[in-house]
Amino acid sequence: MFRLEARTSTPAWFNLALPLIAIAVTLVLCSGLIAVAGAGVVEAYGVMLSASLGDSYAITETLVRAAPMIFTGLAVAIAFRAKFWNIGAEGQLLAGAVASCFVGAIPMPGYLAMLLMALVGAAAGALVALVPATLRVKFKVDDVVSSLLLNSVIYYALMALIEGPWKDTFSGYPISPPIEDSANFPVLIEGTRLHLGVVVALIAAPLCWFLIARTTLGFRIRVTGENPEAARYGGINVQRVLISTALLSGALAGLAGVGEVGGVHFQVMSDISPGYGYSGIVVAMLARLNPLGVVPAAIFLAAVMTGAEAMSRATGVPAFLSDVIQGTALLAMLVALLFTAYRIRRVRASA
Amino acid sequence: MSAVFEQIFQVGFLAAIIRIATPLAFATLGEMFSERAGVLNLGIEGIMLLSAMAGFTAASLSGSLWLGVLVAVLVGALMGALHALFTVALGLSQHVCGIGVTLFCSGLAYFLYRLIFGQQSVPPSIGGFKPVPIPLLADIPILGPAVFNQFTLVYLAIIAVPLAAFVLYRTPWGLSVRMVGENPRAADSAGVSVIATRFQAVILGGALMGLAGAFLTMAQFNAFTFGVVSGRGWVAIALVVFGRWDPWRSAGAALLFAFVDALQLRMQASGLGHIPYEAFLMLPFIFTIVAMAIMSRNAVAPSALLKPFRREER
Repeated sequence: MFRLEARTSTPAWFNLALPLIAIAVTLVLCSGLIAVAGAGVVEAYGVMLSASLGDSYAITETLVRAAPMIFTGLAVAIAFRAKFWNIGAEGQLLAGAVASCFVGAIPMPGYLAMLLMALVGAAAGALVALVPATLRVKFKVDDVVSSLLLNSVIYYALMALIEGPWKDTFSGYPISPPIEDSANFPVLIEGTRLHLGVVVALIAAPLCWFLIARTTLGFRIRVTGENPEAARYGGINVQRVLISTALLSGALAGLAGVGEVGGVHFQVMSDISPGYGYSGIVVAMLARLNPLGVVPAAIFLAAVMTGAEAMSRATGVPAFLSDVIQGTALLAMLVALLFTAYRIRRVRASA
Repeated sequence: MSAVFEQIFQVGFLAAIIRIATPLAFATLGEMFSERAGVLNLGIEGIMLLSAMAGFTAASLSGSLWLGVLVAVLVGALMGALHALFTVALGLSQHVCGIGVTLFCSGLAYFLYRLIFGQQSVPPSIGGFKPVPIPLLADIPILGPAVFNQFTLVYLAIIAVPLAAFVLYRTPWGLSVRMVGENPRAADSAGVSVIATRFQAVILGGALMGLAGAFLTMAQFNAFTFGVVSGRGWVAIALVVFGRWDPWRSAGAALLFAFVDALQLRMQASGLGHIPYEAFLMLPFIFTIVAMAIMSRNAVAPSALLKPFRREER
């Protein structure tokens, strides 16, 4: 006889084991699709791995792709820690991209432009995240739905801009004018696209970890999420913590947009984000909401994305496999998380 | 302004409203059943997309549109069951699972479509449903040709609204759905199976989302494109809130949105007005967010929404 039993504590190795199990289950499930597409499973995954992490250039491409997901992953992880359900990282990213692109197009010294782009982009993201947080604190509006719906509002606002007054007059396409050349983030390794923003993303993760694990605000965020009653009893202003969390979360998501404008696209177009905001949720869950775990989780998703394109060219398996892997990984991880709340125990059949 | 006024009372314009409203009505009713039972289904966007793809593929390979509709409904119900498995049976967080289901379904839809149809410069299309005029009623001036010379699926949507209201408010099952959404503990004490009822409601919801997807690829566009749903699922989430979780109000909200959307399309086509069309597309989302802020004073959302039910927790 087996029985599910509530667990009071989880061993530390779970943090590493659960995402690995979830990813393994995902890859096994998705191998069925590769087989259906008529390709060899080992070959397909092999191409994916070598094209995303096989040589130094591939690694830089994967890191460039990971950077926005590190930021959105951090944004979601910190928000979810406080149980502020920010599903709006996508819209916050777009707001950050638009705002930083505006600033980047103003002629000024390069370093100043980059700094201002980051500040303004982060502020724009924070401002967008402030809406669902304020509505929740003041009007008890459900943050899941309001943050989700705001994504559509921001998206249409962006479209209205690039199809209207902000349309690039030179190209005639619905894209924004490019930022100044001097505002382009410096490339760190000649011949690659590895830009300054990637390093900033990699530094942001340990900073966020420090903030969550070692500072007063981080403590307040954690207590608010784990037990708001206890937080209130302990003299923590829960509403203020929620607002601070939202500002921080939105700013991080905004920075994801800044990096895409300053380091990758140098302008804003309708598909500047292929859903990096939603991928941030996958990243944060795989990381078990730990900012340090966000980096490997984002690199995993980025590797799947870059690898899938090469796999598609080599084996004919549609590159959309990477989208299926993302969704499956999120669901598998959620199921795996059940093991943190319950354990299976063998019980002797009572006589 | 009079030009706008003239546009509104044209047969073509009224017919356009009805056609835009139809998939939204199905999707909104589907989401409403799910939420009334206490389960938010953010998988709706992906479920609509996968059903739209599956229905289109079945219709295109078999040549039977109704088989396509059936496949779309079954796929929608199956994905509803998947969401219910995670959120109802396992009690996992509804919003994260919903995003997971949307990512999974969208990915699978794109993957399978590319696998079956390959990469083509012009997306393959099918001869979709043709309007079926209803004798006598179709002869009513203006209203007749606009409302009673439509696709069979449109008539189905018109019937679905009172039917949904009847099921929800006048049948024992509807009472169970409302009970498990408001107070699952009390429902459980009264002998209603919370798990089974929620499963049924989410599956029914998924089937309705499947119908919405079927309408898009087999009546409205007659082809599957990657942007075929383009946020209609999120619109439905908004309309359910805006319609205060009631079938009649939700359907009314869908009609209102369809009116604004049709007006926007007309203004774009005729060059009337200088407001960017995106401003209209934003409206339902902004209205809903504002409405949520106003409504939260008198809570109308199902009390147990987002809350998993575990029997042993007392």
